[in-house]
Amino acid sequence: MGTFVKLSWVNLKLFLREPLTVVFSLALPLIILFVLGGVFGNETSQPGEQVVFRNIGAMSYYVPAYVALVIASVCVISIPTHLASDRERGVLKRLHASSVSVWAVAGAEVAVACVLSVVSAVILLVAAWLVYDFEPARSVVAVVGVFILLILGFASFGIFLGSILPTARAAQAVGMLVWFVMLFLGGAGPPPEVLTGAMQTMSDFTPLWHAVLMMQDAWLELDAGLSWVIFSAIGVVSAVLGLRFFRWE
Amino acid sequence: MAPVVYVRNLEKRYGSFVAVEDVTFSVEAGEIFGILGPNGAGKTTTVECLQGLRRADGGDLHVLGYDPRVDAKLLRRQIGSQLQESALPDRIKVWEALDLFSSLAPSGQPWETVMDQWGLSPKRDAKFGNLSGGQQQRLFVALAVVNAPRLVFFDEMTTGLDPMSRRVTWGLVRQVREQGTTVVLVTHFMDEAEELCDRIAVINEKRVVAIDTPDGLVEQFGGGARVTFSTDAADLAFLDRVEEVDGVSRQGWRVTVTGHGALLVSVAAELVNHGLKPIDLASHKASLEDVFLTITGEEH
Repeated sequence: MGTFVKLSWVNLKLFLREPLTVVFSLALPLIILFVLGGVFGNETSQPGEQVVFRNIGAMSYYVPAYVALVIASVCVISIPTHLASDRERGVLKRLHASSVSVWAVAGAEVAVACVLSVVSAVILLVAAWLVYDFEPARSVVAVVGVFILLILGFASFGIFLGSILPTARAAQAVGMLVWFVMLFLGGAGPPPEVLTGAMQTMSDFTPLWHAVLMMQDAWLELDAGLSWVIFSAIGVVSAVLGLRFFRWE
Repeated sequence: MAPVVYVRNLEKRYGSFVAVEDVTFSVEAGEIFGILGPNGAGKTTTVECLQGLRRADGGDLHVLGYDPRVDAKLLRRQIGSQLQESALPDRIKVWEALDLFSSLAPSGQPWETVMDQWGLSPKRDAKFGNLSGGQQQRLFVALAVVNAPRLVFFDEMTTGLDPMSRRVTWGLVRQVREQGTTVVLVTHFMDEAEELCDRIAVINEKRVVAIDTPDGLVEQFGGGARVTFSTDAADLAFLDRVEEVDGVSRQGWRVTVTGHGALLVSVAAELVNHGLKPIDLASHKASLEDVFLTITGEEH
């Protein structure tokens, strides 16, 4: 337990000493949110128009979606890059030689991701609240519950990527690629209703799409349907594969 | 007393590649035991199997009474380790690294004590990436002993260091031993092995080919003794009758006598008997490097 806490704390400090990464992780979702907010405003669909944004208004759609997105950005880009870099440099090997468990290493990644996601989400919400008019969360408990579930799921996915990708460069490239694909197809870029059939099919396979639905549904007390099951399944499979393929060197 | 490390017929394969196939040695408490060999001979594989970082495919292994294949986790808590090609994050501070690694071994000393003891206090807040190579090794040594281990493994710790830092690092290794810790030192530097080690196992081509003290290795494989001097005396036939002398050769005034045992004193006594007192009489011994090249069969 002491090791896990120390390792998490050190990892968090190390993360904060990489200014570029910090800016990227915290600012990118914010920038995209403001661009999309500028483009779409917050009107609900008029009668006779195509229904977009689940007919809840663009910003009421995007704000909860971006809370999910910041979690994905921390977990899918930062975690794999950090894990692969530590393995490449021999840091993991050194920890292994001192009997640090894989649980402590993975747990520290999750803990850091959790702190960063919370900070990132708070910044996002404050900025959005200052500028936009959107539906406030109807159930804080449900939002917090989904938030925790999303961190666990995405962090598992990030650990899986970090375990199978050999180098920090590969991990960063793949993480970014996955993140951008998810951004555009997973309901956090263009409104999901305008995607073509093939894109919608792909979107069903991105964890982010289900994460977005879950967060919006918790936020607005809608019905998330099967997304819970699909997202949890992706998380569990990632966790199992991530631990299975974890390498110290 | 049981040896600290006992390994017999260690075997390790990676797929069809055999990394080591017949490594046998034991290390006694309080020794600095060297594992010397050319690159790729299997040195690192051997010590990583002993630490339970790799699983041996065959052989008997006992380290501090544990079998590393069974009790790797328990074992690793009681040994110290400095691994080849392992590092710390560039931006971690010296004190943070010490704090983190000491938290892994609650039985050890407080990290502040270790920091003082290894002269790292002036660098307390320096980042790992900003330390010189020698300072990084100092930190690695401190991290290796932060859990107060009975046995430490140092793998290629002076590779890439400048001569000054190497000397300082050697001092650190001696300091570790003076605290009563047994040291297993992997190196491919002869001078390092000769300077530091009480005994050396030479590994070549995946197996141990010789184990002895540095002097013992020289004695055993060094090809005997050699004495040289200069003289203008024409007749040196009397030297051939000295028991320890195997051969006398001469180039102008320069004479080289090869032989065994107490060659120098016997030659000196005989020279004096014959009224010769060369001022440059000298005994030459093979270096560990000569021995190493002989044993590993590389070209001179």
